[in-house]
Amino acid sequence: MTDKILEVKDLVVQYVTDDGCVEAVNDLSFSIGKKKTLGLVGETGAGKTTTALSILNLIPSPPGEIKSGSIMLDGSDVLTMDQEELQKMRGNDVAMIFQDPMTALNPVMTIGEQIAESIELHEKISKKESMERAKEMLKLVGIAESRAYDYPHQFSGGMRQRVVIAIALACNPKLLLADEPTTALDVTIQAQVLELIKKLITERDMSMLLITHDLGVVAEVCDDVAVMYAGRIVEIGTAAEIFNETAHPYTEGLFNSLPNLKQRGEKLVPITGMMPDPMDLPEGCSFAPRCPYATEACKKANPGLRHLGGSHYVACQAYERENFKLGGEQ
Amino acid sequence: MGKILLEVDNLTKFFNTPSGQLHAVDGVSFQIEEGKTLGIVGESGCGKSTTGRSILKLIEPTGGKIIFDGKDITNYSRRQMRPLRTEMQMIFQDPFSSLDPRQSVMQLISEPIIEHKLLSGKAEIEKRTLELMETVGLAKRLMNSYPHELDGGRRQRIGVARALAVNPKLIVCDEPVSALDVSIQAQILNLLEDLQKDLGLTYIFITHDLSVVKYFSDDIAVMYMGQMVEKAPSDEIFANPTHPYTKALLSAIPIPTIGKEKPVRQLIRGEITSPVNLPDECRFFGRCDVCDEAICKKCNPTLVEISPKHFVACNKIAMKE
Repeated sequence: MTDKILEVKDLVVQYVTDDGCVEAVNDLSFSIGKKKTLGLVGETGAGKTTTALSILNLIPSPPGEIKSGSIMLDGSDVLTMDQEELQKMRGNDVAMIFQDPMTALNPVMTIGEQIAESIELHEKISKKESMERAKEMLKLVGIAESRAYDYPHQFSGGMRQRVVIAIALACNPKLLLADEPTTALDVTIQAQVLELIKKLITERDMSMLLITHDLGVVAEVCDDVAVMYAGRIVEIGTAAEIFNETAHPYTEGLFNSLPNLKQRGEKLVPITGMMPDPMDLPEGCSFAPRCPYATEACKKANPGLRHLGGSHYVACQAYERENFKLGGEQ
Repeated sequence: MGKILLEVDNLTKFFNTPSGQLHAVDGVSFQIEEGKTLGIVGESGCGKSTTGRSILKLIEPTGGKIIFDGKDITNYSRRQMRPLRTEMQMIFQDPFSSLDPRQSVMQLISEPIIEHKLLSGKAEIEKRTLELMETVGLAKRLMNSYPHELDGGRRQRIGVARALAVNPKLIVCDEPVSALDVSIQAQILNLLEDLQKDLGLTYIFITHDLSVVKYFSDDIAVMYMGQMVEKAPSDEIFANPTHPYTKALLSAIPIPTIGKEKPVRQLIRGEITSPVNLPDECRFFGRCDVCDEAICKKCNPTLVEISPKHFVACNKIAMKE
């Protein structure tokens, strides 16, 4: 399997707290092909960020713990690496962009130093050379070189996110984990930053895991999409399959909740109820209590992923029934 | 045409900062009919929240006129404003920081009723509070819960219930769904829409999210650096965006479809700057693709009606007319 940069298999991550055990990620499996972008979609608490942190083996422990599973990064298992190997891998092979550019940067270091720092950590290179590289990176993300000596507070939100991107790309990682990279930005700035990310990863033949709750952003950027709900992938496939042949009731619910597809006056169709408490997941399918198609069978066993054709998989028992179709039965 | 509930004329709010005078709101005018919704859209720092707060006199406007329900409230004192507070309310963006963490749901929702002495007697107040909880879709069993026990959607419902508690005519909703997940966002938007139908509420809906505004508003005003650059009925502005900034804003929304024809992205350069010590030039000048240096650098355009009810502030368009 050399065409995959990342393969996650049966990953289980739990946070053990005094109040109980939070099952953040349950039996998660997915893979990202080389030069491909996978969008990981879901709501707050679905386990998206936990998944990304697991890939870097950065789950805060305690309380977090990776219970089982494997994460193969270009052939080597992240979960069996020792500290030294991990440090080599982080930033060099896999880099992460965080959601909030306001808190991701060190306020008492200049922008140039912060970019140079990550290069120095991974390469034998003099201070002067690394600063030169840092300036090149700045130019690449569309910031004037002269600003390398400025501090984060002198930059706007969009510019800071560009700096964060520059830091992430400084060592030419093979895989970029982008955790809601544009959520904190205004739409016009979001459009600029998305264009930039898209351009850079194509130029550099990188793969990306893009975490977002915004289906619009997914449609702009991603080749493949995985929809997460309560720590599980409920539907996975190419972007076209997910958007045009939506199969899981939760995915359908997400699309129905979006106001921009609708005309004025038409009622939005929200998903009823709330995401279940991950400390106390219901028996059987986690989505069953909110699902309009759920039957008694759904509340008993957890559905596995079922192949629908192409690379499209869905975890839903309703497809056991003959001729089941979303929107058709009810 | 219905009765005009709120009229804002040439509203300004300047803040003095060490680097000079900051024009947060600079000459904004609009009217809202009773029972209608005005959406105010713009990016961070464009002055949309300051506009909303000035209307409620939560901050003192620097100039202009605010006429609410026939009364000029621009120079009302705090004491004069007090009885009016029952008629105009606000829903805040962040349901996490806008609720007192030490009050229960019951206390939070009954607070405005007690504060304004709308009802007396414990039983009466409790009855009304439970009624409000039902209106906004909060289960009765939550009455003794505290905000930290609830998720964002339920907390925002408390915010809505608090605003409704005093039977207001006008509610300023400042990004009421921005902090919520999409599926919850839809629940709150539907709730606000139902309430408007049932209670005849008038909304000012402040948001950066154009898709939410399209779904919700009768009229839309687009703000840029403290000024209105375009104002039109909702359908008109989406069908026929005219100001270069409105066009850029619309085309920047990522569309959640695949394989269908999409309009070509028009990216705008640069970022919004701080409106401090402004020269007399078009504020969008530095980022605009169609500007004409000879005119746009010399004159800050005002709103011009280009078709019925459709106003645009752009020198180039004004010239064509």
